[in-house]
Amino acid sequence: MIRLLDQDRGGKWLIGSLLLAIVLVPILNSLPESSSLHIPTYSISLLGKYLTLALLAVAVDLVWGYLGILTLGHAAFFALGGYAMGMYLMRQIGDRGVYGNPDLPDFMVFLNWQELPWFWHGFDQFWLAVIMVMLVPGILAFVFGFLAFRSRVSGVYLSIITQAMTFALMLAFYRNEMGFGGNNGLTDFKDILGFSLQSDQTKIGLFIASAIALILGYLLCRAITTSRAGRAVVAVRDGESRARFMGYRVENIKLWVFTFSAVLAGVAGALYVPQVGIINPNEFSPINSIEVVVWVAVGGRATLYGAVLGAILINYAKSYFTVELPDIWLFALGGLFVLVTLLLPRGVTGLLKRKEVE
Amino acid sequence: MEIDFENEAKNYPERGQVFDFLTPEQNPALNVDKSVLLYIESLSVSFDGFKAINDLNLYIRDGELRCIIGPNGAGKTTMMDIITGKTKPDSGLAYFGQTINLLEMDEPAIAQAGIGRKFQKPTVFENLSVWENLELAMAQSRDFLSLLRAKMSVEQMMEMSEILALIGLEEQIDKPSGALSHGQKQWLEIGALLMQKPRLLLVDEPVAGMTHQEMDKTAELLRSLAGRHSVVVVEHDMEFVRNLSEGGKTVSVLHQGSVLAEGTMAQIQDDERVKQVYLGE
Repeated sequence: MIRLLDQDRGGKWLIGSLLLAIVLVPILNSLPESSSLHIPTYSISLLGKYLTLALLAVAVDLVWGYLGILTLGHAAFFALGGYAMGMYLMRQIGDRGVYGNPDLPDFMVFLNWQELPWFWHGFDQFWLAVIMVMLVPGILAFVFGFLAFRSRVSGVYLSIITQAMTFALMLAFYRNEMGFGGNNGLTDFKDILGFSLQSDQTKIGLFIASAIALILGYLLCRAITTSRAGRAVVAVRDGESRARFMGYRVENIKLWVFTFSAVLAGVAGALYVPQVGIINPNEFSPINSIEVVVWVAVGGRATLYGAVLGAILINYAKSYFTVELPDIWLFALGGLFVLVTLLLPRGVTGLLKRKEVE
Repeated sequence: MEIDFENEAKNYPERGQVFDFLTPEQNPALNVDKSVLLYIESLSVSFDGFKAINDLNLYIRDGELRCIIGPNGAGKTTMMDIITGKTKPDSGLAYFGQTINLLEMDEPAIAQAGIGRKFQKPTVFENLSVWENLELAMAQSRDFLSLLRAKMSVEQMMEMSEILALIGLEEQIDKPSGALSHGQKQWLEIGALLMQKPRLLLVDEPVAGMTHQEMDKTAELLRSLAGRHSVVVVEHDMEFVRNLSEGGKTVSVLHQGSVLAEGTMAQIQDDERVKQVYLGE
């Protein structure tokens, strides 16, 4: 495992800081509120949220940075993972809902449904939800990729199709008949695995789970990119037809990486939902997927840790600007993107690397 | 210490024997009983009404070095595209050995069956190092999961160093191949081709942009490869073709999508039709 980070200084820093955070954050949280080092619980949840978004960015970097597919639909996999987790959390509410129905979530009672739709069965089991978190995005990515890569769709066309995919899913999830709560989505969660989502301990636990997921996801991606398969992935990015003439089944390589990346995105979404407390069809909106690509671009493509850096930086800036400059935060954010694109074509990590060389 | 000369001698390669690592891997499905490796029969393909290949017949013997010349638009590259599975012909046959039907296969399958191709423009994976380029080309399972677990074995390592020595890029192994000179890229591509251990090598204008010295070296290498591999060289440079086809090797002239003349370089040069095509007399 250590060997994976051999040539990866950014990765060492990243994993080191995450491990440190796992140890330090609970300690700092337990300090009295008067202490200047005290971290309030809401900040921990915010941090945890950033980490899940960072995991999503890593998944996108694997596909865009290494495989060369500009995916504009990865938020769809993220949202699907989130919905799978949301369904579990809904079932955990039990009879504590507004209508007090032990089997049916509130929105179904409201719609006058008499029984649980078939695809909601089993979601009261955590293990099934965990499987679905990975399986559903994985299957969608597999089927989508199988059709798209086999017909050799690439470049801008592929990007547009991924965008269409997430848009179609958004429209579908907005419909009440779909059985996922329509435009309100799933919310009002009570507890996870028996622990109340309102308690500080659970929030810290979710933060730690997010950090661990990010570490594992990072190492897995690193394992892929540093292996011979990773070199083949870069070869497909840089010379698809040459890779074919060398005997590589380009479609299969793309399909593996794309599907794996979708599963990672699904896991990220599943950790995101309990920390923000809601999942609704807005998560599918095309702009979300584009934003992820921007995070990766700001951080620096094809570095993995750059994606993490970009995701955390921009989301932090977003939170900061919405509080400090609520009227102009969108402009500030837009300005940041323009500046980075103009001045740092290889992202923040490109800047760091240049410093190193000098 | 007494030296056992007789046994010692056995350790040296025989005269004329090529290094072991250059021995192509025999595809079990490949059948060359009739000592013909590649059959192309009455092949035709047209693009928007233009007949790029028109009733082309070509037979490449096992172990042969064949030069193919022809003016621009004669269909040389299209022919290579068909053999390697990039383009599907409208009619005709293309067989690898007696049994392998190339027209039913796609590019990776054809490459894995033992046909390697070198492009006209040097195409290396520019962001990968010289070493990594060769590593990917190496004859190995191309399945994603086995690539994920693949480790370099000692034999493979030696094979790689031997090829590196052959193409003269030992000093550059960690350099990104995008930073190589034009000639070095050509050589790297040839090295990558050899790592694939193909039975048939299709080489498209290998000496474009090379110095005279490099050209001689390339000619020497291609000639040494013939025998174990079949080598088909498409080339514009007459000087190079003359050099390559020395010793009565067959040269085919392609014109308007079919073979105009076939024979030794001397025969070709005396052929009236060839003169007409080339000189417009």
